[in-house]
Amino acid sequence: MSPSTTDVVVTGLGATTPLGGDVAGTWDALLAGRSGVSRITEEWAQEFPAQLVARLAADPVGQLDRVRARRLDRSQQVAVVAAEQAWAESGAAGSGVAPERIAVVIGTGIGGALTLLGQDDVLEEKGPKRVSPFTIPMLMPNGPAAAVGLAVGAKGGVHAPVSACASGAEAIRWGLDLLRLDRADVVLVGGAEACVHPLPMAGFAAMRAMSTRNDEPERASRPFDKGRDGFVLGEGAAALVLERADSAAARGARVHARLAGAGATADGYDLVAPHPEGEGAGRAITAALRDAGLSPTDIGHVNAHATSTPVGDTAEAAAIRSSLGEHVLVTATKSQTGHLLGAAGALESVFTILALREQVVPATANLDDPDDDAAVQALDIVRREPRKAQLTAAVNDSFGFGGHNIALVFTTA
Amino acid sequence: MASTQEIQAGLAEILEEVAGVTPADATPEKSFTEDLDVDSLSMVEIATAVEDKFGVAIPDDQLANIKTVGDAISFIESNQ
Repeated sequence: MSPSTTDVVVTGLGATTPLGGDVAGTWDALLAGRSGVSRITEEWAQEFPAQLVARLAADPVGQLDRVRARRLDRSQQVAVVAAEQAWAESGAAGSGVAPERIAVVIGTGIGGALTLLGQDDVLEEKGPKRVSPFTIPMLMPNGPAAAVGLAVGAKGGVHAPVSACASGAEAIRWGLDLLRLDRADVVLVGGAEACVHPLPMAGFAAMRAMSTRNDEPERASRPFDKGRDGFVLGEGAAALVLERADSAAARGARVHARLAGAGATADGYDLVAPHPEGEGAGRAITAALRDAGLSPTDIGHVNAHATSTPVGDTAEAAAIRSSLGEHVLVTATKSQTGHLLGAAGALESVFTILALREQVVPATANLDDPDDDAAVQALDIVRREPRKAQLTAAVNDSFGFGGHNIALVFTTA
Repeated sequence: MASTQEIQAGLAEILEEVAGVTPADATPEKSFTEDLDVDSLSMVEIATAVEDKFGVAIPDDQLANIKTVGDAISFIESNQ
């Protein structure tokens, strides 16, 4: 298949994360090596094996109008905060684009878990008549996308991909397709997640997927390190504005980077365990390169999915090595942000774009002693300090429970 | 038994909390949907809050007939 001739660019970025309430604050904290991880101090967590979390740096309720916020689940609040930042920065609102040509694609892994669980408590304690009439629109997994669609007045279709921790990246891929198929002129894409609550924490802990390094919160998320023992749950959202290069140029929009291609595969191996050699992940990267019309030597940097679980990181290292080679500068930013699940792919795409724009690769925190795995040893994983580099193209990997693999290729503007 | 003024003031508090309506705007002639931008789901929340505050339950078939702040005040007055 030949690469698409439609050139798609990124003209707006937004984020609210454990490192900052916006993109600039998050990026500065990332480069400074700060951690968003802390130990949960609430009573409920005391008997939990994993007590670590990466909470938002800025309360989204404070960033939204009070009445507006009370009708939105926290996952919708963060989606709206990030999307409105990206939308404002792009200047698309004032460009005269028809609402019927604006589309939204916002993914989430879990959706309105806090509302679902909170209203279940209301039901148990007070009965069905006291359950909020906003329960369903707040818990539905298309809720973040729908809230963002209303916020920007999008009438060209509002979509919500759900593929666990690949959801945010999948949303970006859908946005690329919508522009290539001429279904829209501007697409606001991203991911949102906010499910810090005992039940998801207990569920992930029961899978033995979470770090139990409770005494050293800032050192708990350590992708590719020999001592890694699981991920740290994070919350937040990130959003990007995508449009065709010609229309962005015509209105004089600032272009952060090009979205050159995307690849999506499924492992077909296990519901939650990754293929040990990262077969499906490698195929996604190769498919994304082909889609972008690029070869492995063109790629200078990979923002890895690397969540700090024992099996996931080595499988991904094998996939990167087999699909791209050993020359790429790899980083794993979850070492500082924690794992934002359905928002991770969107946030890490923002980081990939900023790495290209600023020509610097953030460091992987806590990578003191790289795993003995042959692929981990072979890769050039940036650690200790951010590294300046001449980059023209970069890849962002995202994988989700269910065997979903998404790779996105960005190039410099 | 709450007086008409007390009911209007209590209703204004509920409207501010649920829908962000400025208390001075919550006057009897105002329509919930037309003037105060209160949607149908918020009306359900308001009915629950009215029951908590005044001990007056508003059945669904009656709620549909309550169009203005004045309608709500009259209903509460005659059912408390």
